[in-house]
Amino acid sequence: MNNNARERIFARLRTAVAKGDFNIPDAPPLTWPSANAAERVASLKQKLEAMKAEVYVTPSGEWVEKLRAVLKGRNLNRMLFAPDTAVGQALKSGWGDANGGLPELFTFDGTVEAYREELFFKVDAAVTTAKAGIADTGALVLWPDEKEPRLSSLVPPVHIAVLSAADIYSTFTEAVEQGKWADGMPTNALLISGPSKTADIELVLVFGVHGPSDLIVMITE
Amino acid sequence: MRNHYPDKPKRVYFFGTCLIDMSYPEAGMAGIRLIRREGVGVIFPQAQSCCGQPAYNSGFPEEARAVARKQLRTFPADYPIVVPSGSCAGMMKVHYPHLFEGDPEYDAACRFSDRVFELTEFLVHVLKVRLEDRGEPVTVTWHSSCHALREMGVTEDSKRLIRQLKNVTLKELERENECCGFGGTFSVKQPEISAAMVADKVADVRGTGASRLIGGDCGCLMNITGAMGKKSVPVTGQHIAEFIWERTNG
Amino acid sequence: MDNHTGFDFRGNIRDALGNSQLRKNLKFAMTALAEKRRAIFTDKARFEEMRTTVNAIRKRSLSKLPELLDRLEKKCTENGIIVHWAETTAEANDTVLSIVKQHGATAVVKGKSMVSEEMHLNRFLLGNQVEPIETDLGEFIIQLADETPSHIIVPAIHKNRGEVGKLFSEKIPGTPYTDVPEELTEIARAELRRKYYETPVGISGVNMAVAETGTLCLVENEGNGRMCTTAPDVHIAIMGLEKVVENLTDVPPILRLLTGSATGQLITTYFNMITSPRKAGEKDGPKEVHLVILDNGRSDILADPELRQTLLCIRCGTCLNHCPVYVRIGGHAYHYTYPGPIGEILTPQMEGLETAGTLTTASSLCNACSEVCPAMIPIPDLIRRLRNESYDTGGSVKGHGYKANPLEKVIWKGWELVNRHPGLNALSTKMAGVFGPVLPKAGPLKAWTRVRNRPTFAKKSLHELVKEEGVSDE
Repeated sequence: MNNNARERIFARLRTAVAKGDFNIPDAPPLTWPSANAAERVASLKQKLEAMKAEVYVTPSGEWVEKLRAVLKGRNLNRMLFAPDTAVGQALKSGWGDANGGLPELFTFDGTVEAYREELFFKVDAAVTTAKAGIADTGALVLWPDEKEPRLSSLVPPVHIAVLSAADIYSTFTEAVEQGKWADGMPTNALLISGPSKTADIELVLVFGVHGPSDLIVMITE
Repeated sequence: MRNHYPDKPKRVYFFGTCLIDMSYPEAGMAGIRLIRREGVGVIFPQAQSCCGQPAYNSGFPEEARAVARKQLRTFPADYPIVVPSGSCAGMMKVHYPHLFEGDPEYDAACRFSDRVFELTEFLVHVLKVRLEDRGEPVTVTWHSSCHALREMGVTEDSKRLIRQLKNVTLKELERENECCGFGGTFSVKQPEISAAMVADKVADVRGTGASRLIGGDCGCLMNITGAMGKKSVPVTGQHIAEFIWERTNG
Repeated sequence: MDNHTGFDFRGNIRDALGNSQLRKNLKFAMTALAEKRRAIFTDKARFEEMRTTVNAIRKRSLSKLPELLDRLEKKCTENGIIVHWAETTAEANDTVLSIVKQHGATAVVKGKSMVSEEMHLNRFLLGNQVEPIETDLGEFIIQLADETPSHIIVPAIHKNRGEVGKLFSEKIPGTPYTDVPEELTEIARAELRRKYYETPVGISGVNMAVAETGTLCLVENEGNGRMCTTAPDVHIAIMGLEKVVENLTDVPPILRLLTGSATGQLITTYFNMITSPRKAGEKDGPKEVHLVILDNGRSDILADPELRQTLLCIRCGTCLNHCPVYVRIGGHAYHYTYPGPIGEILTPQMEGLETAGTLTTASSLCNACSEVCPAMIPIPDLIRRLRNESYDTGGSVKGHGYKANPLEKVIWKGWELVNRHPGLNALSTKMAGVFGPVLPKAGPLKAWTRVRNRPTFAKKSLHELVKEEGVSDE
């Protein structure tokens, strides 16, 4: 029956399309002003901050230290990280002890079925990699994979993303084209532009609805 | 809204519109006088009637086309056609080509459309009028018809003319871009919504403190002044052509 | 005036206009949304350039719809997404239910989806012992209130904070009254967190699907859409078949205009692109992803070269925000899922003119909608066309000619006659001038004079005045 539905739908669509007359306007691809590296960093930072993200630009060898300073005194107990990524390795080697009010680093074994409850109710923060940044609208690109689960950037109340300044594109179009996304999309690619928010009650902006209430971005140069 | 305007012509056609013909003939006369004062001859074909918009908007394109066809034939020479209404001008300029798609007179309709100008647009861009105000100081507000605004794109031209009058203070409406609720047969097909819209427009007019409402479309004027009259709001309405003529010809 | 309706539009309108709180809420919110949009599209020429691009992308997609849907299905299948086809909303509902039942689920968490509203999926699931849990804050509110969305983007915008507070305190056990949006949001967050954790099936809509890669795109701010599509074991995505685009590079321009038009945002908090279920070695994500592709009249709409422009819509809702009629009566008055200008053209085509054709009267043809539409849908032109179809017994839209009311036809024929014959025209104008003041206060004039003075007719027409003034006739 389902197959018949498909056939009938396609038959109608083919007849409809054969009538032509779509009057497609001549629209050359949109061009956007290209920004240089420094402008891209500045624009991304400004746009993300406008969306209530915290953004820190640091030399690439110093981001872990900077993050320790940023998180000091925030009363975070446990911070999820991905031990097999470059970001995870840097974090692990630079983090040291969970003293001075800093969270303890940890990771989950196995799949989410084993750690779902802990993830939903006992994790305060998570650190992930950002594959790219988009300067003009202000967004991070996340590309979760087997090393870095999807829920890490969503469930814990604080999300920390680490982005290399070299990976910031001027526009989304540039990221898609130059990053050759069409050659292989991941299970779930994400653009994130700030902490979770809503304006469903009288258009009043409230942060931290279902996702993180804090987004901290470390841009490394 | 046009990119290019012609030089000042020797003659123009004047399309009076059915509403002006019936209820606001003085506005039409004022429009004609304003053009003639600039040394341009005006032709008013007596066989003209309606642009066809009422039927077109109501879902009767065939009847609209029959009446429109009559207009195509009533304005045969290659003169500009000046219209003291953004709405009727919009019908003739924007919708005639669509209305005559696939019709033997399609090309004629397009040529006709090309010649259509809204009155204030024509005064500003083609005749480049300079107005000398001889009237007493007055505060007015301006209502733009939706089609003058969004089809003809001539609202700024109308306001520019008002601003040329040195004793006139123009107080703009808070929601100038919002429809007054006339919409032709809309006002009788959806009388409650139309009434709510015009009530809001009247409140906006009152809020400006102006003693006079100037408009370029008699449908809107009839609607808003009708509602103001019912509530005894002490604001009078007037077509822009009549207003300018009165103040500059004293 | 229009007695052939499937619902009481006039009654709904009267109720809405009589509800001063509703009108206040709507005016405030729509003014704010229009203002936000204006602030983001400051460069008019640039906006025109962008929307021409989006119009071209959407038209190109429609022109290749069978090909793109076929590619989408192939790509999705390759990626491990299971594709289902539904001709009707009933078939789509059955498909969703059978997937839910296969997994033995008794509840589903839902992200915002207008197609699921079109299907009345919640009612259907409830009738089959499955609890649908709306997770978008606005949808959560209206589900508690047992209502339907009144707006495509902000479904609970007809309610103010006090009304939401009252609702929460009445419907959520142990909740004290508050009207602080932050506190209300926190209440909803806490309620829903456990649901994401424990519910095995998530349902979402689709804003765009990319044929090139088999990718489903979702636009949202709250994170509930990500929750529904990531936390449960099974994700069911539902889309109208017109939502497919050809390439990944088609996505950024549409996204830009969608978020800018809807809420004045450069981009939403989350833009979620789903291409497959959890792969081997991945730690989370649903193990099964289903895509239900719904027709429900869309393929018929595609057949008409003019009316198919309805399908260009990207559901940004900005035509509602700018419509002087919607702003005054709100979404519920329109009775059907899609309100406002887009609803006026979409609903009569889906439901048939004989049931929903009356919606086309709810427009003054002011063009505010087409001025802002990011897909450049000529909504007023399509309203005119549908009005015509209502009278036209030779039309092509479902229910055409339902108003082939001889009286109205006769009136317009008479109008035509008068306006084609100068003699008759002069005579009728003269008659209006003479008899205008004593016209009976009945019919259209009665509606007019309820809130306005009667129109006045001049003693001498312009035709006569120009003659007297010696204006040349040719």
